[in-house]
Amino acid sequence: MFKNLVEWIDARIPMTRTYEMHMSKYPAPKNMNFWYVFGFLATIVLVNQLVTGIWLTMSYEPSAAGAFASVEYIMRDVEYGWVIRYMHSTGASAFFVVVYLHMFRGLMYGSYQKPRELLWLFGMFIYLALMAEAFMGYLLPWGQMSYWGAQVIIGLFGTIPVIGEDLALWIRGDYVVSGATLNRFFALHVIALPLVIVILVFLHIVALHEVGSNNPDGVDVKRPKGTVADEDKTKFEFHEYYTSKKDLLDDVVPFFPHMVLKDLMAFGVFLFIFTYIMFFNPDFYGKFIEHPNFEPANNLKTPEHVFPVWYFTPFYAILKAVPDPFGGMVTMFASIILLALIPWIDRGKVRSWRYRCGLHKVNLIIFAMVFIVLGYLGATPATPFKETMAKLFTIAYFMFFVALWLYSKNEKTKPLPERITK
Amino acid sequence: MKKFIKTLGLLVGLVSTSAFSAGGGHLPYTVDIDLTDKASLQNGAKTFMNYCLGCHQMQYQRYERTFNDLGIPLDLGLEHLVFTKGTKIGEHIKNAMPADDAKKWFGATPPDLTLEARLRGPDWIYSYLKSFYVDPSRPFNVNNTVFKDVGMPHVLQELQGVPTKQEVFEERLIDGEMKRISLGEQIVVDGSGELSEDEYDVVVRDLTNFMVYIGEPMILERESMGWKAMLYSFIFFVFAVLLKKEYWRDIKK
Repeated sequence: MFKNLVEWIDARIPMTRTYEMHMSKYPAPKNMNFWYVFGFLATIVLVNQLVTGIWLTMSYEPSAAGAFASVEYIMRDVEYGWVIRYMHSTGASAFFVVVYLHMFRGLMYGSYQKPRELLWLFGMFIYLALMAEAFMGYLLPWGQMSYWGAQVIIGLFGTIPVIGEDLALWIRGDYVVSGATLNRFFALHVIALPLVIVILVFLHIVALHEVGSNNPDGVDVKRPKGTVADEDKTKFEFHEYYTSKKDLLDDVVPFFPHMVLKDLMAFGVFLFIFTYIMFFNPDFYGKFIEHPNFEPANNLKTPEHVFPVWYFTPFYAILKAVPDPFGGMVTMFASIILLALIPWIDRGKVRSWRYRCGLHKVNLIIFAMVFIVLGYLGATPATPFKETMAKLFTIAYFMFFVALWLYSKNEKTKPLPERITK
Repeated sequence: MKKFIKTLGLLVGLVSTSAFSAGGGHLPYTVDIDLTDKASLQNGAKTFMNYCLGCHQMQYQRYERTFNDLGIPLDLGLEHLVFTKGTKIGEHIKNAMPADDAKKWFGATPPDLTLEARLRGPDWIYSYLKSFYVDPSRPFNVNNTVFKDVGMPHVLQELQGVPTKQEVFEERLIDGEMKRISLGEQIVVDGSGELSEDEYDVVVRDLTNFMVYIGEPMILERESMGWKAMLYSFIFFVFAVLLKKEYWRDIKK
């Protein structure tokens, strides 16, 4: 009965074939370590955001008069509304945590290098769409920080010469952030951007499965047809899409169940931390939900300090480090564009930092630290000392790319192993 | 794996340092909150309804929910704690003061207090209520050390007495000699209030406790659910590890 049903469907749509190609017969390098779980976790968080978002929409009221009260209605009167809202607000921050770790993994093991340039670019587009999604979502509770954060960020567009003011007006739909802005941000947050993100994630995974997963050693697990002795070939059965053109070494395991089980272990740890934050510390010291946001938006009263949410603060620090506002905006966008262009900035041929020069390791670790320090500087009130530091660290951020471009040309690398190691 | 944990630990450390160091200004007092202390919450509710609600609403919270959570029988609550005529038990905690008039009277509309404890924190509320002092230059004859030039009169003065800010001295034995040491400016109460200083502290603490409850009425439910969710995550993790081990048993490293 069940077999007949499957056959009936398979004759009409490639259900089994797709499942086998991308799950049960997709080859994944068996040395993938814990840095490789964040893509899976990001998918889980995406689903969490979509599902909880749908339920929040059922009780949220997208209007300047009703938004703030409707959020409190969800928190107090809707059955388990507070669970759904905290899942969504904690999920937003969790999304950026796993995405930042996922990106750093890509940098460590050279997962952006040929032939994975497009995979990296799709990832960067997801990241950009995610930032827009988070920014617009943060306006919806219509608290003080929602309001003034949006006011400041949209104001950035006003610094563009000639068209700036008109552009900012066009984005807001009003001369200040108002109900018109709230309604269009709501539309973009719940329909337009989620759609874009889901499509990009689909393309990201299609691109990944076309070129195959990288691994911590950065050496290929697929070899040209006929170059691998039978005893070195994988004992698992993989989809012929992968085996017809290449020989697969005995270094791969099926994505399902082997890799998925590794991911599920990580999911257990993730869930433990996630539930701790969401049930015991949902505003996370005012970082995930900023305390001024417990006061309704008031366009006549500017909060003492206006900070974006933590995941934007590294870029906010770069923005403020440049004295000229327009220059600051250009620098900020450049900092993201350079990251997207890293497949071409890095001229090295060896992928993983395990076999690259010592300077590369140092450069990457310093880059990660610079990013965190910038995040701190962008999240705290400015002092003259901090302003100087922000300038220095902004320069340091860009120096990462300059250094990488220079040393990667004639880099002294370690010999690559013939096969993947542990 | 070890390396991963080390790196992650480093990152978490750096991030949390920045999170903790972002704390706000200095407050004269801290307060211990106990949301399981129903008597304290009921006392806080009584103080709020009698002294605060005239001007400050809690417009996102309903009477019924509040009374149920605090263990106050609904009919008793309606009789003794709801002062606006014709209010039904399911309605929000509101007053009848027109916002425009309030702005004229006080210079600013008294803010809604549903989320005040989440906005400013319990220590701030407790400190604020203990930091009024006589200042003849202000319209209501009082100022506040925590909220400078606040528009609010000292509503709890009949309980606390008249507080004045003055330099306080203390006799101390230093190098075998008694010396008079200045402890700086402090708020001193004249004892004309209905309550002693300790009793006043209890009233203010209970009121703060109540406001923390109102800010997030599901805190206790949230935390009890949290233990279960974390336990579930842990059991899930154990089973995932066992299943993973089973499947990976035959795979050579």
